[in-house]
Amino acid sequence: MQRIGVFICWCGSNIAATVDVEKVAEVIKSEPGVVYSVNYQYMCSENGQQLIKNAIKEHNLTGIVVGACSPRMHEATFRKAAESVGLNPYMVEIANIREHCSWIHKDMAEATEKAIILVRTAIAKVKLNAPLTAGESPVVKRALVIGGGIAGIQAALDIADAGFEVDIVEKNATIGGRMAQLDKTFPTLDCSACILTPKMVDCAQHEKIDILSYSEIEDVKGFVGNFSVKIRRKARYVDETKCTGCKICMEKCPSKKGLNDFNMNLNTRPAIHIPFAQAIPNVAVIDPAQCIKLKTGKCGICQKFCGVGAIDYEQKDTFIERQYGAIVVATGFKPISLDAFNEYGYTENKDVITSLELERLMNAAGPSNGVLVRPSDGQHPKVITFIQCVGSRDTSGCGKPYCSKICCMYTAKHAMLIREKYPDTEVHVFYIDVRTPGKNYDEFFRRAVEQYGVDYIKGMVGKVYNENGKLMVQGSNLIDNEQVTIESDLVVLAAAIEPEPSVRKVATLLTASIDTNNFLTESHAKLRPVESPTAGVYLAGVCQGPKDIPETVSQASACAAKVIGLLVKDKLKTNPCVATPDEMMCNGCSQCANVCAYGAITYVDKEFRLGGGKTEVRRVASVNPAVCQGCGACTVTCPSGAMDLKGFSSKQIMSEVEAICKM
Amino acid sequence: MQNVTEKKEFTPNIVAFCCNWCSYAGADLAGSSRLSYPANVKIIRVPCSCRVNPSFILKAYQQGADGVILCGCHPGDCHYVTGNYYTRRRMSLLFSFLNYMGIEKERTRVEWVSAAEGARFSAVMNDFVQKITELGENKRLTDLRVKEGE
Repeated sequence: MQRIGVFICWCGSNIAATVDVEKVAEVIKSEPGVVYSVNYQYMCSENGQQLIKNAIKEHNLTGIVVGACSPRMHEATFRKAAESVGLNPYMVEIANIREHCSWIHKDMAEATEKAIILVRTAIAKVKLNAPLTAGESPVVKRALVIGGGIAGIQAALDIADAGFEVDIVEKNATIGGRMAQLDKTFPTLDCSACILTPKMVDCAQHEKIDILSYSEIEDVKGFVGNFSVKIRRKARYVDETKCTGCKICMEKCPSKKGLNDFNMNLNTRPAIHIPFAQAIPNVAVIDPAQCIKLKTGKCGICQKFCGVGAIDYEQKDTFIERQYGAIVVATGFKPISLDAFNEYGYTENKDVITSLELERLMNAAGPSNGVLVRPSDGQHPKVITFIQCVGSRDTSGCGKPYCSKICCMYTAKHAMLIREKYPDTEVHVFYIDVRTPGKNYDEFFRRAVEQYGVDYIKGMVGKVYNENGKLMVQGSNLIDNEQVTIESDLVVLAAAIEPEPSVRKVATLLTASIDTNNFLTESHAKLRPVESPTAGVYLAGVCQGPKDIPETVSQASACAAKVIGLLVKDKLKTNPCVATPDEMMCNGCSQCANVCAYGAITYVDKEFRLGGGKTEVRRVASVNPAVCQGCGACTVTCPSGAMDLKGFSSKQIMSEVEAICKM
Repeated sequence: MQNVTEKKEFTPNIVAFCCNWCSYAGADLAGSSRLSYPANVKIIRVPCSCRVNPSFILKAYQQGADGVILCGCHPGDCHYVTGNYYTRRRMSLLFSFLNYMGIEKERTRVEWVSAAEGARFSAVMNDFVQKITELGENKRLTDLRVKEGE
């Protein structure tokens, strides 16, 4: 038999002024199941809580209803009070008679009547409450960072500095990512390599960090605190433990005609190579598509010259499986393909380049040793035209609808650097808008215009075509309302950025949600910007949305803070109000798993006794309480009504409906 | 217990389902801003609008509710990422079903109310109560035993 206690709060005059609290407590006394009903000035006060605790003990209450303010305010308070005297905290229900009653009604009789109904509704619910216990799951004190760019590096360093083991999985042969390809960084114009490479070295030397370069994640199982990740270590045909990075193999390799992807294919590299001088790990890798030995079986020169015997043509992909408590996704970006933008003549003209290609051309370690030359003839360009928003803010369908955010700033940077180094160069920039929010950003842009005399033209470019070896850039000048054609030596396109395509696979493996532009979705756009809706998965850098280096680093550190907050816990307390399937009714149709945004539902084969000694094996849904967030989407989707939500069961809600309707 | 013959003025009984994260908080804000709406709206708290099974709404009508309103976070703002998208689809199906049953379309409503929209919550409720009052009593789906008080 249920023994319900009801506690009506006055909240000073907040409730008592419009609700006749004594009448409510009196009327409720006659409700079936109610053995105790009282009103008091401030239930949330020390004395009020003591009153509740005493009543629970004295009257052996099995459930309580507190008619007071919103449960968003004091539900936790009253649950704690109940728990302290041995009543399960989930046997407490709140009737919101302040925000939803006394504060919005003026007529006392009306408000009192409503308060009685609200309390009755809460009684109807609490009668069907079941004691719930928050589950616990252990936490593996190790983090995985997917992607070794500046976001991944920063996150890994911060997590490792807090004393936790971190693995960085990077698909390329070296960490460093896009930032390693950059020349200078805005708005301070300090050299990218000078600020990045020390951090890369820190990663390599940190005793808590393990860099798994040239590796990709293959499979992810488990959930927050307990991920099990299978990692493919791609064959690099060089023994990582032996290679000293002496580069003799690079000198001797006869196959030197491979496109250098680190230099945006602007020059060539040998089949066996180290991507760039400061690569971490500083270990060679063989491109199997280019290596003569691997293609034909004849050559083996690098093996002959390698002093430490690191070359191993027989190497195969290997797999390792490791356990992690948290995962940071920092997969980064790439510039979009410009194949769909024929009007700019990118594919036809060697001297139409992207900004990232210009970045390599201006880099002292780049293909032209930092001397700005035209890719076609090696001459110094005298007139350079930049075109912004190539594929950004593009609703035509060819490009991306979003703003890539970094292009305005890096174009101003490029224009400024060129004017600084080569004052005889004429620089034009076509733009739609100049967007420079950020600390010292607008000042930076204004310097480009005012001090460096960069010619900014508001308008879009219609066409770039080759006329007698000159690139003619035809566009509109909206300020002067005229068409202009600029004879240029070099055209630089600020190509939109998009998430690295591999993010799709990563997101699928992690059941992390992704938007229409392939950016990973955050748990809450404003308040949980670095967490994926999938518990235990965190997002850093451009994989979540376009951003520059300072923002990426901030987000990575924020991720690290979240990860550390998770990993310091020995056990995770889980929300007990989770979905729960009735295995007898479940037919394993998978519809619940399809609507689950968190991947909390899996299927297991279970043996059921049919009677008469017979058994049957059926596939039934199984909810992981550590992952389920308790939204209830699955409960409604379930065609057989097998799924229910603890704390908000169908029966409970139905009885609340009944109580409200029974006036 | 209502007695049909003695009743002078019709005051509808309205069940409101509010998601915990947006609309319930919006209702709290309406309260703390003292923005009144009629007392015949009673709120049931659910974790997400997608927790509301269409059968809960049918149950309310069967039990004699005159109107049912379901409030959730604005599309794109769902605390559970995609919950309210499911709500939207399910409810559009329920609307066709209710139409088939001969229940006036206006009796059931879906509204997106954020935690900051206390004023909107109050305005929506005032408007809804007025519409239901104009529509009159729900007779179509009510279980007669309920009205007779059995």
